[in-house]
Amino acid sequence: MDHVAALTSDLIGRESEVVLFEVERGAIRKFADAVQDQTPACLRGDIAPPTFPTTFRMTIPGVTFDLARVLHGAQEYRYERPLRAGDRVRCRVRVANVYRREGRLGEMTFLILTMDGTDESGTPVFSGTTTAIVR
Amino acid sequence: MTGPVLVAGSDLDGGSVLPDLRKPPITKVQLVKYAGASGDYNLIHTDDETARTVGLDGVIAHGMLSMAFLGEYLCWLAGPDSVRRLSVRFVEMVRPGDTLTCRGRVIERTSVDTGRRLQLEVWAENQRAVRVTIGEAEVEIT
Repeated sequence: MDHVAALTSDLIGRESEVVLFEVERGAIRKFADAVQDQTPACLRGDIAPPTFPTTFRMTIPGVTFDLARVLHGAQEYRYERPLRAGDRVRCRVRVANVYRREGRLGEMTFLILTMDGTDESGTPVFSGTTTAIVR
Repeated sequence: MTGPVLVAGSDLDGGSVLPDLRKPPITKVQLVKYAGASGDYNLIHTDDETARTVGLDGVIAHGMLSMAFLGEYLCWLAGPDSVRRLSVRFVEMVRPGDTLTCRGRVIERTSVDTGRRLQLEVWAENQRAVRVTIGEAEVEIT
């Protein structure tokens, strides 16, 4: 189970680079279409649906696992304001915690990742917390 | 779709039950579209063979798709400018063919400078009334 063995508490505090993401109108519309989101401002591509930050994908050096063995346990987002087309957000993701726990499916590794996004002047726009469970 | 359901002055308090939002049945095409739109290419959501290698009967929906439904629910209830927080746990698997309905109730209403803040309990349940994704949310209505 090498993919789990690599996930240890040594990773806590490790983080991605800061990545600049542009919120594109077309990407908002594509996301809203996939979700069948009927919110008019989202269908027009003006305002991003609340879970749009999931599209901001970043990697953290040393954090690797077999995707097929990962369960998404929980997710939280907090917002200062909605994301809009044309926004440029600087994002970073960090390992907040790693721990193991015995579950009904055997030993599982819990990986807690936090993400934050700011505008170009450094003002917070949103933050997120992901609980990933690796079997 | 008309404007937000929860407008300023609407008579809601702790315990009030919110209207529900029924989504169309989830299809495999939708999962492929969501994979592309979100960038989540985990094949357990789009490839039955991969899903079976990890002990599933076939593909399962992205948990984040059900969370996106709840995000839409909040926008429908309060308007997209009003959403302050959404926090969920993915407790049951969702499969193609399932039909999810978003439901919720008000936990607490507080007054803030700019209007009212509502703490909500929200969840998505399937056609068997099983709650698949459960959570809490906060919206601010000015």
